[in-house]
Amino acid sequence: MPQTVAFTVNGRAVNVIASHDDTPLLDVLRNQLRLTGTRFGCGLEQCGCCIVLIDGIPVKSCGRAIASVAGRSVTTVEGLGTPEKPHPLQQAFLEEQAGQCGYCLSGILISAKALLDRNPSPSRAEIARALDDNICRCGAHNRILRAVEKAAARLREDARP
Amino acid sequence: MTLPSVLADNPRLDRWLNFAAPDKVELATGRVELGQGVLTAMTQIAAEELDVAFERITIRSGDTDRTPNEGYTAGSQSMQAGGVALRAACAETRALFLKEAARRLGCAAAELSVRDGRILRNGAATQFDYWSLAASVSLAREATGTAARKPVAYYTIVGRNAARVDLPAKLFGKDAFVHDMAVEGTSHARVVRQPNRGATLGAIDEAAIRRAARGPISFLRDGNFLAIVGDDETAVEAGAAAAATHATWSGVEWPSALQQEANWLLQRPSIDRTIGAPQSESARGLQSYEAVYTRGHLAHASIAPSCALALYRDGHLTVWTHCQGVFPLRAALARMLKLDASTISVRHVQGPGCYGHNGADDAAADAAVIAVRLPGRPILVRWRRQEEFAFEPVSPAMVVKVRATLDAAGQPVDWTTEIWSGTHQGRPGGGATLLAAEALPDPPPVPAPTDVPEAAGGGATRNGEPLYDIAAKRIIHHLVPEVPRRTSALRSLGAMPNVFALESFIDELAERAQQDPVAFRLARLSDPRARRVIERAAAMANWGESERPANRGQAHRAKGIGFAQYKNRAAYAAMIVELEVEESIRLLRAWCAADAGLVVNPDAVVNQLEGGIIQSASWVLKEQVRFDTASGGPIDWETYPVLRFSEIPVIAIALVASDSDTPLGVGEATAGPTAAAIGNAVSRALGVRMRDLPLTRERIMARLLA
Repeated sequence: MPQTVAFTVNGRAVNVIASHDDTPLLDVLRNQLRLTGTRFGCGLEQCGCCIVLIDGIPVKSCGRAIASVAGRSVTTVEGLGTPEKPHPLQQAFLEEQAGQCGYCLSGILISAKALLDRNPSPSRAEIARALDDNICRCGAHNRILRAVEKAAARLREDARP
Repeated sequence: MTLPSVLADNPRLDRWLNFAAPDKVELATGRVELGQGVLTAMTQIAAEELDVAFERITIRSGDTDRTPNEGYTAGSQSMQAGGVALRAACAETRALFLKEAARRLGCAAAELSVRDGRILRNGAATQFDYWSLAASVSLAREATGTAARKPVAYYTIVGRNAARVDLPAKLFGKDAFVHDMAVEGTSHARVVRQPNRGATLGAIDEAAIRRAARGPISFLRDGNFLAIVGDDETAVEAGAAAAATHATWSGVEWPSALQQEANWLLQRPSIDRTIGAPQSESARGLQSYEAVYTRGHLAHASIAPSCALALYRDGHLTVWTHCQGVFPLRAALARMLKLDASTISVRHVQGPGCYGHNGADDAAADAAVIAVRLPGRPILVRWRRQEEFAFEPVSPAMVVKVRATLDAAGQPVDWTTEIWSGTHQGRPGGGATLLAAEALPDPPPVPAPTDVPEAAGGGATRNGEPLYDIAAKRIIHHLVPEVPRRTSALRSLGAMPNVFALESFIDELAERAQQDPVAFRLARLSDPRARRVIERAAAMANWGESERPANRGQAHRAKGIGFAQYKNRAAYAAMIVELEVEESIRLLRAWCAADAGLVVNPDAVVNQLEGGIIQSASWVLKEQVRFDTASGGPIDWETYPVLRFSEIPVIAIALVASDSDTPLGVGEATAGPTAAAIGNAVSRALGVRMRDLPLTRERIMARLLA
């Protein structure tokens, strides 16, 4: 049954009409809200391309039923920053040229944000483990790890009293 | 001066660039962005040669209406062939403008120079620039190749890092990929794939599929081509998922487990040929040594499935695709649809990294077939993940037998590489058919089996001949037409299994001669560029006595080396890998020294080399298209695992300086050397030779227990 689901995306309140309770959040983001930054990779919750934050927790949006998002707060890559005002992670990824085809990057940025939100000083091994849910097929891994380390250092610097 | 071949194929200068927009240069390249940074590098080349600021340049790529035809963006040829052609086109354009300015100023062209598009006379400003002269300098003329290029010593843009122009859209979540092109009014479509050529579609339980879709969908059927189309992607996807069990097929052939391993090829009929020198006289009667190496089928396993958008309107078909060759695809679409190629436009839009011929061309064909039957409606076809794994062409399994005749000192004096493989050439531009064409009525005949010609670097034979100084070398190539799955080009083609075999064998010869593997190689390599990368990698890795295999508890630690010059004529790369083996392999560190000739964007080159190392490491440690599983083949990332972040080694890369003014492509240069370095390190660590890829835990355990 079509139903209205109210939730917040990147700080903006939205009402969407979903055909079914279990319509994937990813489909709603991409096709209804036109937030195409969250990419489709597998639809099987295996590759991490579609990871978004739901109330701060990284979630694979391809497997998340829209009804379960009601009343919650969703953050997608579009909510991190803009070219004019990039998030420190985006800035660091630009500086490190961390990516090749770039298809995996939206999900990786979100996974990295979730990590830094809960652990501001992760070791490289901890960053790698946090990104093990994200597949990068091009082999940009070490650049991505360096960029996350760099962003973490900047965020710690900014957080100093 | 001879014209670079790509420029000779596309001689009209206005096909490459124009100054139509004020203070801007519009550049066109037939090469397409695959995540390798080619658009950025082309922009650097043009900015350098024209003497204009990088920021003034906009670039169009891979468009059958508006860019040069450069065939495929493949084979590490973009810089080597395409970049060199663009450089020549820009040099000639600059010279034409200087000639016109000199005529107007009544001076010699030699007095003139260009600074950011403005023409200077003896260093002082004139009233002229590219844009003010554009009306009187026609670029609707053919290049002659007569203009002098800027000497490399004067370069200020080429050779310095430039930030990738394509990256920001990908970091800020913009529409960056063809997958993001569903505009208002777009219909989504999925194809219910014909399991194999010749399989016949029987009954379709449309009601069951509609129930599963839970939303409006329609069916489009022509012969054995069946598509599900609708405005709601969620419904179309659900319908397609259900269709697999609600459409019946006859004449289905699945690959069998028996066909899984490369050794199966040895029993099959083959087309045979020998390339190279006859056996040397001096080798007769001497002792010979041989070993056999294998590698299974590999998937491209792009991070996302293939996708395309097509629109047929007013008798013209436009297809947006992430394929590697828009012109060959247009020709294949024209054949399939029986349309004149002039009524088709094919435009490249970026997609997930492909690393060769994946499902992109076939997804484009699907979209085109549907679009011409539904005129006026934009049709977005996105393959399902399972579909990409099950239907993309795979890299063929290979058997490589190496045989060397050794003199009394253990020096190889005669060398044979004998190769069994399916074709690496399954691209539509090479005469192969599109999947949709096989499903439609009157499918085209099965193309005659061929492989990539030696002039293009060879397919199965690529890097089959060692670069070492050996009196007589030859390749015996067995092209096996019968393959369990469609095969085609994957990054480096046959070079990965061949270099793995050759460089493993060289280590085996060094062991027999009780010599250090690095010293053994250097003693047999006279090419100075080859020597330099090996020496550099060895220095970086601190290769030496202290690096003999060591045991730490249960784990065996060792380093191994691998080297190749890609295609024996492109970039040189030497790899050293350090790893630990217990039951499985843990990569610790990797060092790479590469000579890529003239480097346009050093950071992008390092990125490509590193990507090649990691992808090859993934192939070697984990990857094989298996047919002996419950699903009968890979369908997802669990049935086709790849290397994850925690498994990546620390990598150091050095670009070895070269005085060459020719860039050498690097996307594929590290694939073979990495595989060999890992194989050699594992074999040194274990004290037993591992000759079959991938080096899975099962294989290691079996070898240790044998």
